[in-house]
Amino acid sequence: MIKFLFKGLIRDRSRSLFPVLTVVTGVFLSVFLYSYLNGVVSQMINSTAHYQTGHLRIMTQAYAQEADQNPIDLAFIGVDNLLQTLNEKYHQMLWTPRIKFGGLLDIPDENKETKTQGPVIGMAVNLFSEFSPERKLLNIKDAIISGRMPNKTGEILIADEFAKKLKVAPSDTATLISSTMFGSMTMANFKIAGTVRFGIAAMDRAAIFTDISDIQFALDMQDAASEILGFFADDIYNDEQATLIAASFNKEFKNPDDPFSPRMGTLPNESGLADYLNMVGSMAIIIITIFVVTMSIVLWNAGLMGSLRRYGEIGLRLAIGEDKGHVYRTLILESVMIAIFGSVLGTLAGVGIAYLMQVHGLDFSFLFKKTSMMIPNELRARVTFGSFIIGFVPGIISTVLGTSIAGVGIYKRQTSQLFKELEV
Amino acid sequence: MNNSYLIKTERLKKIYPMGPTTLVALEGVNLIFKKGEFSGLVGPSGSGKTTLLNIIGTLDSPSQGSADVMGRKVETLSHKSAAQLRNQHIGFIFQTFNLLPVYTVFENVEFPLLLQNMATSERKKLVMEALEWVGLADRAQSKPAQLSGGQSQRVAIARAIVKKPELVIADEPTANLDAENSHHIMKTMVQLNKGLDTTFIFATHDEKVMHYLKRKISLNDGRVEKDEILEREMWK
Ligand SMILES: Nc1ncnc2c1ncn2[C@@H]1O[C@H](COP(=O)(O)OP(=O)(O)OP(=O)(O)O)[C@@H](O)[C@H]1O
Ligand SMILES: [Mg+2]
Repeated sequence: MIKFLFKGLIRDRSRSLFPVLTVVTGVFLSVFLYSYLNGVVSQMINSTAHYQTGHLRIMTQAYAQEADQNPIDLAFIGVDNLLQTLNEKYHQMLWTPRIKFGGLLDIPDENKETKTQGPVIGMAVNLFSEFSPERKLLNIKDAIISGRMPNKTGEILIADEFAKKLKVAPSDTATLISSTMFGSMTMANFKIAGTVRFGIAAMDRAAIFTDISDIQFALDMQDAASEILGFFADDIYNDEQATLIAASFNKEFKNPDDPFSPRMGTLPNESGLADYLNMVGSMAIIIITIFVVTMSIVLWNAGLMGSLRRYGEIGLRLAIGEDKGHVYRTLILESVMIAIFGSVLGTLAGVGIAYLMQVHGLDFSFLFKKTSMMIPNELRARVTFGSFIIGFVPGIISTVLGTSIAGVGIYKRQTSQLFKELEV
Repeated sequence: MNNSYLIKTERLKKIYPMGPTTLVALEGVNLIFKKGEFSGLVGPSGSGKTTLLNIIGTLDSPSQGSADVMGRKVETLSHKSAAQLRNQHIGFIFQTFNLLPVYTVFENVEFPLLLQNMATSERKKLVMEALEWVGLADRAQSKPAQLSGGQSQRVAIARAIVKKPELVIADEPTANLDAENSHHIMKTMVQLNKGLDTTFIFATHDEKVMHYLKRKISLNDGRVEKDEILEREMWK
């Protein structure tokens, strides 16, 4: 009997093609949109974590209040000690100190006169230590456009775009003009080792990257850092654990009466991504719901049209002695075959195209020219286990549901009535 | 069947709702059909022929009175047991041949047997036998669209008789056929009646069909007007 139904489906394209196309389209869109959202979100989380907040972030309470102005005078002193404690107490995380600073970058000519000059944002991280996670976190190797990694003190990386604006190239000298932790003006000379592009508009416009010890020296920040970031070893943010660690840390170290005591915050709270993540979550649910409902309605109607067209066949089958319930069950069975076929095809197409977008990415940098948000220029989808079920399951449910509703008409009609259609 | 009859109707009445009033399609029909009959219902359009056939074929139930078909009361039969009765004992032939267009001739004839969970080899044997009865064994793999009207109707006959039913009900089987094909399929059915002792009940306007009938029942306005046994050369 199944073979018989299957033959019917294959030979009668009008019976199978439209429902299959509907399922394929719906499932494809669900899968693709889900993977796409997933990609955008995880990319956003990753780049926010890597370049900005870590999975956990420690700053002084005073610094935290004005963090976006990089107030190095409020930086935390006693980094080495705290790092040691952190590595002992929370050894499941990788801890790394950073300094964010601002200033002017001055490029001298042969006569040591200013050739070009521009405001700069700097990030000082542990570039040299072999235990440092920074090279990997910042993905520096892939980001280098010209020149090389700094390998000794006094060498820096400069954003490629910024370098072009300032007309400098690797092995040129640049002078940082800034103020020390204690407020006096200071100048420091650096040698440009290479230029980089991270694909993040805010950083590619006017940034330099230095080793943290150089900046601690230049800005008089002995044993100090703007922040200490913590990362999960597998680089996947785990909110439950992060919240626990932050709570335990704050209980022990945070002193409400001392603005220079450290406090720890988690990625969503530090970045303001919390609301955004919630929004994305509900958007995904809404999108999937809309697809399921629309698909069910479309397939219900397709089922109705299909069974209207097939009243003749159904009447005949009843006359031949098929039971109504059996006819109904075979209609459902047909829809299950269609559903599985369509859902598999739609899922494969959705996952396939999403995967292409995961590997290649689309460049949206022109949209973010002016933004200071850590939005990656390249949007990439992300295929996860969820991608495989997010369309498949609703695809099957809506097809079978649509057909079940449509098929009720067969039950409602009198046998002789269905049979009448034969005489038309 | 210990009874001497195959079908017996008593004071059969069928009423259809027609807006605020009702339409009486059958009234006071008392008929008995015996095994092996070759009978026809004749009468003007709207006289109730199809309605009566549908009740006898358990596709519809009477409004009043009773219809006993092979020992079952149609008026109290459930959907399921009616389907089972049709599946095992009744074959239908329609004016429009109603072959399923996506299936081959073989598969169309095979369909009633699929519902009986019969083994493949057994099915194949019965299908080819039925196709041989109607002279279409060589067209088993054709699609209905490739057949003439007469051939299509013969496939429908094969489908009706493949399960060797006691009763075949044929509603205007020749209405869409030319004279030659009409005679051809009527002869086929006469042979089946003789060979398998299958009971045939027709509804028809067609003089050519009446020419073959052993018994002619005339309906008018839902009532039996005349019920005559005919003497025919070919039945001797
Ligand atoms: N489902 C129905 N609802 C209402 N009236 C019906 C229905 N089916 C049949 N009738 C009416 O019952 C009467 C008998 O119809 P029936 O189809 O039995 O006639 P018939 O003798 O087969 O006619 P024909 O020779 O045209 O096929 C007709 O007046 C018809 O309009
Ligand atoms: Mg009729």
